[in-house]
Amino acid sequence: MTPFNRNFGQGRNTKAVRLDMNWKELTKAGNIYEPGNAATYETGDWRTIRPVWNKDRCIHCLICWRYCPDASIISTDGKFDSFDYKHCKGCGICASVCPVHAIDMFSEDEIDRREEARKNEE
Amino acid sequence: MKNKVAITGNEAVAQAMKQINPDVVAAYPITPQTEVVQIFSSFVSNGQVDTEFVTVESEHSAMSAAIGASAAGARAMTATSSQGLALMFEMVYIASSLRLPIVFPVVNRALSGPINIHCDHSDAMGIKDSGVIQLFSENAQEAYDNMIQAVRIAEHPDVLLPVSVNFDGFITSHALDVLEVLDDDTVKSFVGRYQPEEYLLDAKNPVSMGNFDMYDFYFEHKRQQVAAMEAAKKVIEEVGKEYEAISGRKYGLIDAYRLEDAEMAVVVLNSAAGSAKGVVDELREKGMKVGVLKPRAFRPFPFEAVQEALKKVKAVAVLDRAETFSTLGGPMFADVRTALYDLKNDIKVVNYVYGLGGRDLRLEDVEKVFGDLADIIKTGRADKFVNYLGLRE
Repeated sequence: MTPFNRNFGQGRNTKAVRLDMNWKELTKAGNIYEPGNAATYETGDWRTIRPVWNKDRCIHCLICWRYCPDASIISTDGKFDSFDYKHCKGCGICASVCPVHAIDMFSEDEIDRREEARKNEE
Repeated sequence: MKNKVAITGNEAVAQAMKQINPDVVAAYPITPQTEVVQIFSSFVSNGQVDTEFVTVESEHSAMSAAIGASAAGARAMTATSSQGLALMFEMVYIASSLRLPIVFPVVNRALSGPINIHCDHSDAMGIKDSGVIQLFSENAQEAYDNMIQAVRIAEHPDVLLPVSVNFDGFITSHALDVLEVLDDDTVKSFVGRYQPEEYLLDAKNPVSMGNFDMYDFYFEHKRQQVAAMEAAKKVIEEVGKEYEAISGRKYGLIDAYRLEDAEMAVVVLNSAAGSAKGVVDELREKGMKVGVLKPRAFRPFPFEAVQEALKKVKAVAVLDRAETFSTLGGPMFADVRTALYDLKNDIKVVNYVYGLGGRDLRLEDVEKVFGDLADIIKTGRADKFVNYLGLRE
């Protein structure tokens, strides 16, 4: 037998795939070898509506933290801290379960338009 | 030790599966494959194999179960025919793209409709673009030999692809044939113990398979599958050489029969190659320079070997036991013609669709093809390149 040429899957020890990797470097069949790897794949750009925190209304019950399917509610010392917008897909579950309506969902397009308008004013 | 037996193609394949002793077999019965799994299941219930036999509710589930077992780290097999393969179609693509070395006999049968249970290659041709390796077998001996080699080809680290072993429904599957079977220990040491490099039940080295793969990576993974197919050509030849050492029977990518000085050649898969070889022997006695090319591997398509074997012939007839309805002939015709195009030798390549729904290919039919090729060489013209052989016109 000739020695194996291993024409794929050189990324066996790759912790995270990168966009600049060619087909020879990427793992075979897209297999992933690192547990807990979801953090390396940023899904924030899937979002079309953005949750925004209303600090005055929030009672820090952290029901949103329990319900968020993407672990995108960040809490510090048992209190609401911020959203992880790099991973938040904008599903709106947090806004829907909030008992005091302290999370509002805004259209990303609308936010973009407003930011552009503000820049133009400056 | 040589052991001659008289058994059917299905019995031969079930025998090969028994000697391979796979970890998991998941299958659903369908004519003409039924006997393969029926006989194999008796080996299971008699304790002659260690296999976990999964009686699934459909072929879609059969391949799904084989995929799950293979991903978990088992040597897994299934078997099917015709409508069963059609129902399995979706999962065949999953098996090949997950790079799982599942071996499965396909006992070739026509696809409905109108409903038919007899031999043609429409079922196999349906998965020719699925990334599965396809080996074809002329008789029960080759079906048996291909099954054993398929395991080694599929599991080779450069390949890691499913392998389907094709043989003709009824003609090969149900006809009694004399063949040599290897002894159990020889097969056991040839196929070896399956040691997957990575598998889901390996708790120390976690791996996640079948991940979501968007436009940013999918294309690269398809390119990897092409590389594996390319590597398979070499592996098929190497495993063939090793198999020759234990069996005395030669296996390569193609079987070139009396082609050395041939002017005319017929290219044909499976059992019909046997009939064509018989006709070639008769015509050779009459002084005609004729030969047969039988591709053993259809996927990957061994175009280099086909070019080399046919580069000196003047006219070639490709016999397809399947239609494409493209109005441009059968599936193998396109591949052979493409392979010969760059030779620029002005080889005339014509197509004959034959044997659909189990219609016999008679020796006179093959003689007629060689007669047509002789006319093409004489006149230098091949006006009608798609023909129907044995059809009532």
